[in-house]
Amino acid sequence: MGKRELICIGCPMGCPVTVEMEGDEIVSVSGNTCPRGDAYARKEVTNPTRIVTSTVKVEGGLVEMISVKTKEDIPKDKIFDCVRALKGVTVKAPVHIGDVILADVAGTGVDVVATRNA
Amino acid sequence: MKTYDIVIIGGGPAGLSAAVSAKKSGTDSILILERDKELGGILNQCIHNGFGLHTFKEELTGPEYAGRFIEQVQELQIEYKLHTMVMDISSDKVVTAMNSTDGLFEIRAGAVILAMGCRERSRGALNIPGYRPAGIFSAGTAQRLVNMEGYLPGRKVVILGSGDIGLIMARRMTLEGAQVQVVAELMPYSGGLKRNIVQCLDDYGIPLKLSHTVVEIRGKERVEGITLAQVDEKGRPVAGTEEEYECDTLLLSVGLIPENELSGGMGVELSRVTSGPVVNESLETNIEGVFACGNVLHVHDLVDFVSEEAAAAGRNAARYVQEAGSRKAQGTDKEAAGRTVEICAVDGVRYTVPSRINTERMEDIQTVRFRVGGVYKNCFVSVYLDEERILHRKRPVMAPGEMEEVKLKREELLRHPDLKAITVKVEEV
Repeated sequence: MGKRELICIGCPMGCPVTVEMEGDEIVSVSGNTCPRGDAYARKEVTNPTRIVTSTVKVEGGLVEMISVKTKEDIPKDKIFDCVRALKGVTVKAPVHIGDVILADVAGTGVDVVATRNA
Repeated sequence: MKTYDIVIIGGGPAGLSAAVSAKKSGTDSILILERDKELGGILNQCIHNGFGLHTFKEELTGPEYAGRFIEQVQELQIEYKLHTMVMDISSDKVVTAMNSTDGLFEIRAGAVILAMGCRERSRGALNIPGYRPAGIFSAGTAQRLVNMEGYLPGRKVVILGSGDIGLIMARRMTLEGAQVQVVAELMPYSGGLKRNIVQCLDDYGIPLKLSHTVVEIRGKERVEGITLAQVDEKGRPVAGTEEEYECDTLLLSVGLIPENELSGGMGVELSRVTSGPVVNESLETNIEGVFACGNVLHVHDLVDFVSEEAAAAGRNAARYVQEAGSRKAQGTDKEAAGRTVEICAVDGVRYTVPSRINTERMEDIQTVRFRVGGVYKNCFVSVYLDEERILHRKRPVMAPGEMEEVKLKREELLRHPDLKAITVKVEEV
């Protein structure tokens, strides 16, 4: 039986979680203190995802750059594709928190949205 | 001279939350003084996510978290001045400040809330030998350059110190195309949150070398490389363990220091452990009507707790000015007396905030925050009222990098009318 030791990132507590695997099947999850830990561990061993944050240039605003994020988490192996897709993107002020900056980034089906006003 | 009931020094997360809370507690005359060009403080450069899980039950980025509070400040029509530097606060609460439109001006405050935050320890505090070439940045400076100004400070990077900002910048620089070779940490444990080690280092295969430090910086005009060495248990480099790294940039993430020049100047008593003010249950300093909250009080890991603490400071400052008003009406000018009990931080607990509690004035549930001095596994956090142990909570792991808290119940303290001391400690069993 395989074992994977993870640290839950669902909240700042950072619980050490152990997932016991039989092939691709999850047998048990232990060490978590809340249901989020269980869900995180199951996802992390099967389909790890992350929210990606970055910046893009803004023209005509008070600031040079605005911060952006993927609206939802995307597969971990798409992080660099996402960052590459944002290279060279420039937006014009005004921009508001939540505005879509780049739709369907890197074929993930997830939009990149602004996280600050400019 | 203009007069405000409450003047808040700093418009970052602490100042914003204190302002919102003071206003909601019924005080209208509030002014926030902020030196930057916008409200929000350092949150504006913290573009990563993970903020607000406690406060808003969702995961926000720094600018979004700040945005929620800035919106409330605007909706509540709380006054603020940007580009404004506070030069001095007198012990009788006259604030001297300046900006380029009003010039130098004075404001009389009924209460002052100190919310100036903290700053980063710099290379000068570390005694690393070598020239002083370009390419050595504090992690926060690099964060501002990348995230707000749009510059990449370097391409081949070594990071000294595993504080959260250093870890966050390891990932950020990697995503922007830099090669982050290693994060070195002097201590045998990381100073950052575990999830940052997972998401910022492990995800990108960046090694974390514990018990290591930089013993040499090479390069005269620009950093050309550094030498890492292992350190012994006393932090001294071990001969023969040196490893050379070629790099053009060294980021330092080696600790934060509360920024208390103004507090010290007005006579606020400062703690030698936290470098922040010594405060009571109301987060009030030794000067009546002067409150402190956020990273100027003690460095926090999570902005959520800064907001919570600052909301308490705002409530208490509002209560102070309201009570001062009614005391004036009654012709008495002394604050109502109560019993003040010291909190003793011993056996692994480095400090507590607050460090004293007035049992009459405390809220029904008082949060006491603290840090431990080392890594403790399967230990207990205990609270004693004199000799009686009233709390004994098992903690699987505690580390200096993660702030701890205990909650004290007012009714429990009132059951001990002769209480002399509250003790918070770490116990093995």
